[in-house]
Amino acid sequence: MVNETLNLPAGQAGLKNGIEILREDCLRPLQKWGRSTLIWIGFLLLVIGWGLYCYIHQLRNGLGVTAMRDYVSWGLYISTFVFFIGISHSGTLVSAILRISKQEWRRPITRSAELLTFVSLLFGGILPIIDLGRPDRLANIVIFGRVQSPLVWDVISICTYLVGSTTFLFLPMIPDMALCRDRLTVCDSRFKKFRKWLYTKMALGWKGTKSQWHTLELTMTTMTIVIIPVAVSVHTVVSYIFAMTLRPGWDSTVFGPYFVTGALYSGSAGVILGMAAFRKLYHLEKYITLKHFDLMGRIQLALTLIYAYLNLNEYWIPAYKMATAEGRLLTDLFYGSYSKAFWTCQFGTVMLPIIFLAIPKLRKPLMISITCIIIVAGAWVKRYLIVVPTLLHPFMPIQEVPESWSSYFPNYVEFSVTAACLAGIFLIITLFSKLFPMIAVWEVEDGLKIDYDKQAAIYLRTKREEEEAKILEDRLKTGSETIQQPA
Amino acid sequence: MKKVKKYNNITGRRDFLRKSLISGCVLAGGAIGLEKVFSGENDSGEKVKVLTPDGKVFVANSDHLKEFRPPPVTNEEARKGIPNRKFVMVFDLSKCDGCKTCTAACQEMHFTESDREWIKVFKMKDATTTAPYYFPKPCFHCDNPPCTKVCPVNATYKRQDGIVLIDNERCIGCRCCMAACPYSTRFFNWSHPDPRQVAATANIPYSPEQSLPRRMGTVEKCDFCPDMLREGNMPACASTCPMNAIYFGDQNEDAVTNASGVTVRLSQLLEDNAGYRHLEELGTEPRVYYLSPKNRKYPVPDMESPVKKQGKAMPMEMDMGNMKM
Repeated sequence: MVNETLNLPAGQAGLKNGIEILREDCLRPLQKWGRSTLIWIGFLLLVIGWGLYCYIHQLRNGLGVTAMRDYVSWGLYISTFVFFIGISHSGTLVSAILRISKQEWRRPITRSAELLTFVSLLFGGILPIIDLGRPDRLANIVIFGRVQSPLVWDVISICTYLVGSTTFLFLPMIPDMALCRDRLTVCDSRFKKFRKWLYTKMALGWKGTKSQWHTLELTMTTMTIVIIPVAVSVHTVVSYIFAMTLRPGWDSTVFGPYFVTGALYSGSAGVILGMAAFRKLYHLEKYITLKHFDLMGRIQLALTLIYAYLNLNEYWIPAYKMATAEGRLLTDLFYGSYSKAFWTCQFGTVMLPIIFLAIPKLRKPLMISITCIIIVAGAWVKRYLIVVPTLLHPFMPIQEVPESWSSYFPNYVEFSVTAACLAGIFLIITLFSKLFPMIAVWEVEDGLKIDYDKQAAIYLRTKREEEEAKILEDRLKTGSETIQQPA
Repeated sequence: MKKVKKYNNITGRRDFLRKSLISGCVLAGGAIGLEKVFSGENDSGEKVKVLTPDGKVFVANSDHLKEFRPPPVTNEEARKGIPNRKFVMVFDLSKCDGCKTCTAACQEMHFTESDREWIKVFKMKDATTTAPYYFPKPCFHCDNPPCTKVCPVNATYKRQDGIVLIDNERCIGCRCCMAACPYSTRFFNWSHPDPRQVAATANIPYSPEQSLPRRMGTVEKCDFCPDMLREGNMPACASTCPMNAIYFGDQNEDAVTNASGVTVRLSQLLEDNAGYRHLEELGTEPRVYYLSPKNRKYPVPDMESPVKKQGKAMPMEMDMGNMKM
């Protein structure tokens, strides 16, 4: 992007040109709503509508319309809740950790990661409310809240994380909103008036002055540091809902780190999938490059390895001892009714991705997307395998109950409501990407500027070195002459 | 609906029950009044004899009579519990023959559906080489209850008399307590209660001590019948066991009583019969003890066939005196 000849004024022009192209590329998807977009939104609304109908059915007739019964009292809803909260770790990972370690290549992917965090957290937070027997008494948590309850820890930390990640998503959007405000209103786009109003409001009067930039940098740095412990706490206390009980399979001291690494493992896979999707759909190949997939693939590999290690600890230690109640659960997982799902999860979605990710040639967009789809699906099934089999193996034997109570598979109500939540996530992401640039424009601009400065510095240095060499050469020439002269 | 309390009134026998004698009389009077009302309920204007709480009989027009309901204890009282008591239950496994009379009486008392057993009789066999036995299991009312710890809204709580109760007007239905209970003791009201049940329980004034009428989307479980205890009666299960396998009493008094009215020292009973608590290693400190199934008075249960089903609860009018073995 930097002008080859780089006499400085022309170089500046080259940079300006590069920034201009970047802005055009990033704002283009916002300007047209194709037919396919509308069909996609319509489809999502249909799924959400059906899910809403099922939820109203559940509200009127009780949770009895689901497949849950007294033994399996938590099912697909709670498994999905854990899974969505896990996905929400993506934004923190990519944005905060890479930001804090000054990884310059992170710039084009932070926005989508932060968005994924926000949306999956939102629906992750809704799912336990859907699972409540009396959602009408939700306010009791505030009125009679007991700080000793793991569920209250969850409410506190998820709310904190939601506020934090919303701020974390919004802050770097401010300069981009100003950009949209100044540019998009003149072009032809849907909801022109609404958009002008929205961008103006969201830009918060951003003018790009020095003090504004300073404030933004300062708050971003603070948020980056604050959000990491909050994110870790969220999935830790989610695991505590289970780990604070005496049940075999949940009564485990490794549950906190196990859930956190599981979350990072599924969350970063979510980020890679988002990268691949937006790259393809909005033609961002110039900015989200093969290098990004390679580097994210390495991170994914590291996280999968840590997750595999924690899986070993979680299952191998009790399996070695086979204590009575835990032994019954593990026997069922290893050889019984859940063995197929269990081993598919362990080998298909943990070990296999490790092999795929370890081969550099396979860290290409298509192959890595397939690997990440396997990982995300596997993480979801794994959550289910953590929640349900334990409930089916209580200390007391399951005797003399209707056949349906001693087994569990989610029914259409649970699938529909869960699908609606997933559709909600996709809907918000779609609408967001049609209203706001999916690449943090100013951050990439900054990257370009840094790049430009670096290249300029290199150019200047080589130029100076050349000049110095010339002088030295000249001096040597004249020197030899001076030496020769007295002789 | 205090019908079941007629099962076994041991007011005279027990000191702690004597204290509530006065309230018991009032309730007895109320119950008689109630019966009179029922006997003439279709015959408007009929003269009926009524017993007043102070023991006088007079004739009244049935139109002017209203069903008597004792006022429920307040929510605060229901949270404190009965002062100076530590209720405790003992199951003598050598006597339990798995007849499930306790389950049926409990279901009658609490208007529960037939598939919901607050006291459940398991057929246990600890190892392939050990002998099977019947194992009745109510709520253990643990002293270190895992369920109350996790409740986010303090809807389930431990009282000073040892009982763990649920306030179904506060419960949000998150089912954390069900996940936390290692004994699978808690039940969830997944759907609307049966309409017949709604009709039967509609007039009962709500108190956490009775948890009736039940509400969809809330959790319920065995409550040691605290409303019966207040009246000086034993819980439905303990007062109906035909094998006298269930003892109930007060740990502070060190005395427990069975259905036939035999009162024994708790400490002596546990000492003589090697009393133990189920899954002691979990550290939940149950208030329910078991006596080993030694020298049992029934044939060894057949692990293949299901536990005998007592289709109906015993008729209300059955005199427990005739049931003695």
